[in-house]
Amino acid sequence: MSSVADAAAHGAERHHPDLVHHFESLPAQKEAATLGMWVFIAQEVMFFGGLFAAYTIYRHLYFHAFVQSSRHLNLPLGAINTAVLICSSLTMAMGVHASALGRRRATVAWLLLTVALGSVFLGIKAVEYKDKFEHHLVPGESFQAEELHLEGPAARPAQIFYSLYFAMTGLHAAHMVVGIPIILTIAWMAHRGRFSPEYHTPVEMTGLYWHFVDIIWIFLFPLLYLIGRHH
Amino acid sequence: MSSSEHIVSPVVYVGVFLALMALTGLTVFASTVDLGMWNTPVALLIAVTKAVLVVLFFMHLKYSSRLASLAVGAALLWLLLLIAGVVADYLSRGWVGSPGT
Repeated sequence: MSSVADAAAHGAERHHPDLVHHFESLPAQKEAATLGMWVFIAQEVMFFGGLFAAYTIYRHLYFHAFVQSSRHLNLPLGAINTAVLICSSLTMAMGVHASALGRRRATVAWLLLTVALGSVFLGIKAVEYKDKFEHHLVPGESFQAEELHLEGPAARPAQIFYSLYFAMTGLHAAHMVVGIPIILTIAWMAHRGRFSPEYHTPVEMTGLYWHFVDIIWIFLFPLLYLIGRHH
Repeated sequence: MSSSEHIVSPVVYVGVFLALMALTGLTVFASTVDLGMWNTPVALLIAVTKAVLVVLFFMHLKYSSRLASLAVGAALLWLLLLIAGVVADYLSRGWVGSPGT
């Protein structure tokens, strides 16, 4: 409604309905959205960066405890989850591709597949978390380092590893929990025919977010699961 | 800019996907081999390679404007400053000794 009023006010009847009045053209509007999204991602890099900096220091200080703790993580599940997330990045890229070509049903199908894969990832993560609770590897009063073959003072840094493990994978999982309803909303909008080859910016921006979350995991997997496996 | 209209072929996406899967297998394999001090650098190099593939092709940075690349460059510079600053602080106070304690 407002775009009709804007068009009338500016005397430009041929404006695309999705072009807001303060942009000159759809490409300029998309360029601004893309830059904004990348600046948001830069902020996200800082957000996770603090945890990566803490990880760097503590891994260096307590390398032995980190190796022993890392070995107790479930490598097959971690590797499967990495593959699941890479698959979900492919399906997301295909969804953006389909929306750029104006293929409505394919867009919805790819986006729903992405949500399904994201849910599988979170399910596997829940299984891993449950295992850590059962083995008393959650930092706090009940933490037990016997299973990590660590005793006395050497056991305490293991809590630092598991604190970082839960903080980093938890923050990552939180981003996926946020991402899934966003993708579902976008899929609903695509189903309703809100996007076209000229205007599908929201699909692209959602894709940028999802791929960023994938990149975080690409670093978390070797840093948490693959320490000192060769010893 | 006309670059915003660039449409990447699905063949490229599948190629990137296969490369990412292969690199995941490679990083798991590399972690089981004793490379001395090089295990961590190799793992990070593989992770950076995977991230670059995702950023360039899945996230279309290769086809986006220079301004988007500038935002990515700024993010990496600030991340580097963050980690270098923290590490330099610990090193200069002598709080970080030899690894393996």
